[in-house]
Formats: sequence, C-alpha cells, structure tokens
Amino acid sequence: MTQPVIPLAQPTAFRRAVRALLALAGALLAVPALANPEHPSPWQLNLTRGDSGLSHDVWDLHMAVFYVCIGIGVVVYGAMVYALIRFRKSKGAKPAGFTHNTTLEVVWTVIPVLILIGLAYPATHLLVYENNTNGSQLTVKVTGIQWMWRYDYLSYLGQPVNRVGFLSKLAEDSNVARQADSGVSPWSVVSAHGVHDYLLDVTHPLVVPTHTKIQFLITAADVIHGFWVPALGWQADAIPGQIHDAWGKFDTPGTYRGQCAQLCGQDHAYMPIVIKAVPRAEFQQWLVDQENRSRMDAISRTAEVTGAPAAPQG
Amino acid sequence: MSTHAATHDDVHHDDVPKGFVHRWLFATNHKDIGTMYLVLALVMFFIGGAMAMVIRAELFEPGLQLVQPYFFNELTTLHGLIMIFGAIMPAFVGLANWQIPLMIGAPDMALPRMNNLSFWILPFAFLLLLSTLFLPGGAAAGGWVMYPPLVLQSGESLAFTIFAIHLMGISSIMGSINIIATILNLRAPGVDLLKMPLFVWTWLITAFLLIAVMPVLAGAVTMLLTDKYFGTNFFNAAGGGDVLLYEHIFWFFGHPEVYVMILPAFGVISEVIPTFARKPIFGYKPMVYATASIAFLSFIVWAHHMFTVGLPVGAQLFFMYATMLISVPTGVKVFNWVATMWKGSMTFETPMLFAVAFVILFTVGGFSGLMLGLVPADYQYHNSYFVVAHFHYVLVTGAAFGIMTGVYYWLPKWTGHMYSERWGKIHFWLSVISVNVLFFPMHFLGLAGMPRRIPDYNVAFADWNMVSSIGGFVFGATQLIFVGNIIYSVYFAKSRAPARVWEGARGLEWEVPSPAPHHTYSTPPEIRPGMLAHGDVAH
Repeated sequence: MTQPVIPLAQPTAFRRAVRALLALAGALLAVPALANPEHPSPWQLNLTRGDSGLSHDVWDLHMAVFYVCIGIGVVVYGAMVYALIRFRKSKGAKPAGFTHNTTLEVVWTVIPVLILIGLAYPATHLLVYENNTNGSQLTVKVTGIQWMWRYDYLSYLGQPVNRVGFLSKLAEDSNVARQADSGVSPWSVVSAHGVHDYLLDVTHPLVVPTHTKIQFLITAADVIHGFWVPALGWQADAIPGQIHDAWGKFDTPGTYRGQCAQLCGQDHAYMPIVIKAVPRAEFQQWLVDQENRSRMDAISRTAEVTGAPAAPQG
Repeated sequence: MSTHAATHDDVHHDDVPKGFVHRWLFATNHKDIGTMYLVLALVMFFIGGAMAMVIRAELFEPGLQLVQPYFFNELTTLHGLIMIFGAIMPAFVGLANWQIPLMIGAPDMALPRMNNLSFWILPFAFLLLLSTLFLPGGAAAGGWVMYPPLVLQSGESLAFTIFAIHLMGISSIMGSINIIATILNLRAPGVDLLKMPLFVWTWLITAFLLIAVMPVLAGAVTMLLTDKYFGTNFFNAAGGGDVLLYEHIFWFFGHPEVYVMILPAFGVISEVIPTFARKPIFGYKPMVYATASIAFLSFIVWAHHMFTVGLPVGAQLFFMYATMLISVPTGVKVFNWVATMWKGSMTFETPMLFAVAFVILFTVGGFSGLMLGLVPADYQYHNSYFVVAHFHYVLVTGAAFGIMTGVYYWLPKWTGHMYSERWGKIHFWLSVISVNVLFFPMHFLGLAGMPRRIPDYNVAFADWNMVSSIGGFVFGATQLIFVGNIIYSVYFAKSRAPARVWEGARGLEWEVPSPAPHHTYSTPPEIRPGMLAHGDVAH
C-alpha cells in the first residue's frame, strides 16, 4: 500500500532563513523552560520550574507577569519608536500644540489598574497557599550559622524524631579549589554524576522524602542568612531570634542545589544548600539508621564520661 | 529685553570673589556651590565606579583571583554608599543649586550660608567614610543596608561609617530645607506653583521626602552605634531586641530614598523632552500629581524589601498591593513623555538621546519592579542578581542617565560654550550599548539562581558573568569621554552658546545670557507671554 506523496515546497533561501529564525526563537523559549530544576545550567536564561506543584505555580505567575510586561512593552515602546521615526524635524514634522487629552489620560490610568488587579488575584491566592504549612508530614529545623547550615529533624508522620541532626558545610573539594592561591580550576570540581558542583556541594545534604509536604522552621544562630533552593520555589530569611515557617515538596528524586541568599559575612558565598530527595521507603530507612547511630553515639559518649575516673557524677 | 539689561548690569558689577578660599571655601553663590556639588559627585562617581570595576574584575570568571572575600564585601558596601550618597544625591543637589534659582527667577538660594555648610560637610563625610578602608579591621562590610547583627561584627571603623552617614544626613536635610525655602519664598512674581518647571516641582517633593526620612536613617544607625559601643540591645535577640526592627526602620528610610534618587531625574527628563520635541509637556498637572502620589506611596511600601523575612500574610498582601499601585503614577509619567514626543518635531542632540534612553531603560527597571512586587515571584527573585539588575536599571540608566541628560542640557548655560556634540554622541552610544551588556545578563544570572554579594560562583554562572564584566569595563571607560567633554566645554571650546541654547527651550533659565552671570535675577524678572514653559497662557 503506497502512501500518496505530499508535495513539499522547495525551501527558498528566504524560507530557510525564516525556519532558522523560528528554530532559534523556539530554542530560546524552550531552553529556559527546560532549565534543570536540580542545579543551574550554563547560559541559563530563565527561572527553573522547580519540582513540585507549588514551584510550578510560582513559575506560572513569574511567566504571567513576564508576558504582561512584554505586552505593555510592545505597546509603549511601539508607540515611542513610531514617534521617534515619524515626528522628526528632519522629516519636516511640525509640532502640534496639544497639552492634554482627558479621555486618553483616564484610559491609561484605568487600564493599568485593571491589569494589576488581574495580576494581584492569582498572586494573592498563591501567597496564601504558600504560607499555609498545615498538614505537613515532615518538620525540619534549619539553622543558618556562619558559614554552614544545621539541619535538625523534629518530626516525621506525626512522630517525634529522636536526635537526628547534623551540620552541612561546603564540600572539601570546593573548599580546596576556592582558596585564592589553590591553583585548582573551578571547572575541575565535578560530582560523581558529572555535575559541575563547584561551591554547590556539601558534606552532608539535607535528606528528605519525595511526595511529602515538608515544613521548614528556619532560624539563625548568629547573623541573618537566607535559605534559597530555587527548585522549592521560594527563599526564606533565617533570622536570629525568629522562626520562619515555610513548606516545600519534591516530586522527583534528585539532588537539588541552592545557596545562602543573604549577605552573612566573608564566607557568604561558601555555604551552599543541598537537598537530596529520595523515595519515601528509602527515607524511612535512612531516618531509622540515623536514629540508631545517634543512640549509639549517645551511649558511647555516656560510657566515656562515666568511665573517666575524674569525671563528676550526676 | 529688560532681563538682559538687568543681568548685563550685573556683569559690570561682577564681584566674583578672588582666590580659592574666598571664592570656594566661603562660597555663598548658588552657582559656585552647585558647581562644587557637581564636581564632588563626579569624583565620587569615579571612586564608586573604580570599586565596581574591581568587583566586575573579580567576577570576570569563577575562582578567587584579585581580592579576598571580606575585602569584596567592603567594596560592595562602599560602592553602594558612595554611589547613593556621594554620586547620585549630590549631583541632583548640584543641579538644583544651579537651576532652581535660575528657573524660578530668584537671585540665589534662600539660605546661602547654610548652603555653604551643607556642601562643605560632604567632602569631610566622604573622607571619613573612605578612611575606613585603611583602618585596622577594614571598612564596614555588611552591605550598604548595614543589617545587624552582621554589621556589628565590623571592626572599630563602624563608628566612622556611622558618623559619616550622620554628616551626610545633616547635609541632605540642610540642603532640602534650603530648596523648600527657596521654592516657596523666592519665586518671581507670576511664577505660580502650578507654573513652575517640573524639575522644580520634583525637587520640591523630593526635599520633603528627604526631611521626612533622613532623621529615620540617623535613628537607625545611632541604635547600631549604641548596640555596638554602649551595650544596648535594640537589635540583639539575645537581649530582648529585634533584628527585624532595624530592617523596618531602615527601609522606612530606604524606600523613599529610592524616590529621592529618581524624582529629580523625572524632572530633568520632563524639561528635556518638551525642548527637543518643540512641544509643551503633555499633562503638566497629572505629572505633578503623579510625582506627589509616588512620594506618598513611597512611605507605605517599605516592607517589599522584606518580603522574605516571614511577615504575616496580611502584611505581605498590604505591601504587595501598595507596591503594585506605584506602577500606576509611574506609568502615567512614561505615557506622558511618549505623548509629549507624539506629533512633536524632534531633534536628537545628546541630552535628548540620553532622555530617550532614560525613558526606555527606566521602564525596563519598572517592569522588573512590577515582577518583584508580586510576593510569590519575589520569593524567587529576592537577594538574587535579578534584583541587582533591577536597581541598576533604575539607578544607572535611570538616575545617572537623568543626571547626564541634565548636565549636557544645561552645560552650555553654565560654561557659555557648547560641549562637543560628536563626542557627546559617542559617549551616549557607547554608554547605552555597554550598560545593557553590563546589566541585562544579570537578570538571567539571578533567575538561574545566583545570589547577590558573592565574590565567587558556580561555573554555570561563568558565561553571563564574563559578558557582564566586559560590558562593565566598556561602560566604565566610556565615562572618561564624559569627563573629557565637560573639561572641553569649560576650558577649550570655541563656539559661544547663545542665551537660548536650544531652539525649543522655554523657561527663565534661557532668558539670561550664557554663561549665566555670577549674579542673576537680582531684581525679579517680569514674566511675559512665551517665557515660561508651562501655564503662561490662560486656559
């Protein structure tokens, strides 16, 4: 059975040019949409969509306001460029004498207000949703410290977690390479999975389960820090004396990278945040292991103290 | 030409004081003080710019090459403080000193000796501020916002920084009182409030903003001082204080401060576009009302600088709505400028080129401002290079381009000679291209996740940072052309500028000869039809 041959127009140079332009435009629009949610990419143009319904909503709002700006820009710049070309003295333009036009002025005051209401409505919805941490299944306390993070697991699925917490510092290979006279190229710092993770890798990532509403209680021990992982869809300042309540979610297992966003002193650039999202079963096992290790540590420490003859009892 | 006769008379009795001390140190003449403000601003622009060059050089590629991280933080802190308080603000005060008396037909500023004091405080304030670079422990390195507790970790130089800020505040307040007193009391008969040039209007409103907020800044930094040296706990959580209190107080100053830096630029642009479109400004009164609305709104939006601190949802919503509202009067201004160009008869001398670039590029900053105003989106943009891109579009292609517009526009009036139009255009085109190469990629970097105020970054950010740095070096070098052109106009240019330098220019400053004599309008001018740019035709 033969298919009827559909005649294709021979591409002229013009058509080739148009196609190339369309392909380029498509690439420019597609590349940012496909920005890797786990870590930044070279020449990245746009925000990551992140990895949860929440971060997708944030991305949608970001794109909506971006397109609104493009639309207003086309109208305003269009009128301006037209005026700049058309009303030149060198083209013999004679100046008009008008100084106002009430109808026009009312129109260009009212229309922006309507556009703003159109933007404020979804933004309000999203903000209320984003600030509601009810129903979280995992609670992690995040503490910013000069210049590292501390993560303490407080509860999981309604049960308190027994003493699981650790410090998370800049990974050693990055720390060596970052020194002024190290002679180590930042490009040579690569993770086991081939990711260029210079300044975006840590000693102990924050391990979380996927498909779980995670509550973050964010604070700081010394100065203000900023907890920002773009894939979550938000950042939150870590402020001494305050507890900042936020939530996030991951749908896909992966290693999500971010950085301290608030200037916190000389090593502000060197306290990344890495979140490792793993399937729930794996997380459950990891948490049990951590609890056991913490118990063993406590026992051995108690043994050390009681075994020491000079140690005061009680 | 009665005014010409009057000023001609002045030229003969031109008692310009002789000698540096009498002419400049004891200066009470608004033109001399204006010149000193502008020169100081130019010097500070280059000092702050040199710091920016080091910052861009360090960020040229990943890895640490030139400076240590702590020194990098000192640079970003001083770059911000110097550009805001040393370059932009004194430049606008200089323009105000030169132009406001000329534009309203006043013989001088209302309070000439205070004018002298408010200027001469500044060089010492900046010496004090810059000296901190050489003190043990280095300069304050907490960013220009000086958030505690971080800034309290600075060395003993913090006291110098705070004292310098007090001095700058005193200078600003005195300058503002002077501007208000001049505008309200010394207008020539017939120059009613609603017939004033828009530059004068924007400065009147700006001066009120300054008087309202500079004491608030002084209070904030004084509390830092007592926290550091006298054991108070205003901002120390462990002592019952509140870190957020500082942020609230600082931004209650900080947001109106943003408009202090942009409203006079709006004024300059509103003078220049009608001149080169040969057509009166569109919507004079809405322009005045829009300026006043922006000034009012600027007091109730401060917490949009604090969307990520964890405010209650209700507070975030209030500040989001108020912030979004600001785009309405700002939009009105942009629309009015475009409407002024519409059906005009435009020519494109250097001031007009800068004014057109201002409208286009300030609007880019306005767009990113609208995006930043939406709280859930701000959660992603906050503290990133997206914000750096935003405020540099507003402050460099906005405020600084506004200053350059004004300088090219009025320079022939000040010096009596034209600047080089050819080099002015070269300066313009190199600036406008390089400034976009410099700042536009910062939007991409911020969206990709690069935080601000870091000396080193992941290799994924390398490409756009290199592009940005190249733009930065070209933009920095290009500003030498600006200086060259000013020096040329002051000392070397041959062509005499006429009294009415620009064909379409209207207003009292164009009724006096160029260069403007040392004393102008010793007797108030008689306002005749066609002399004022606005409102001299009965409606």
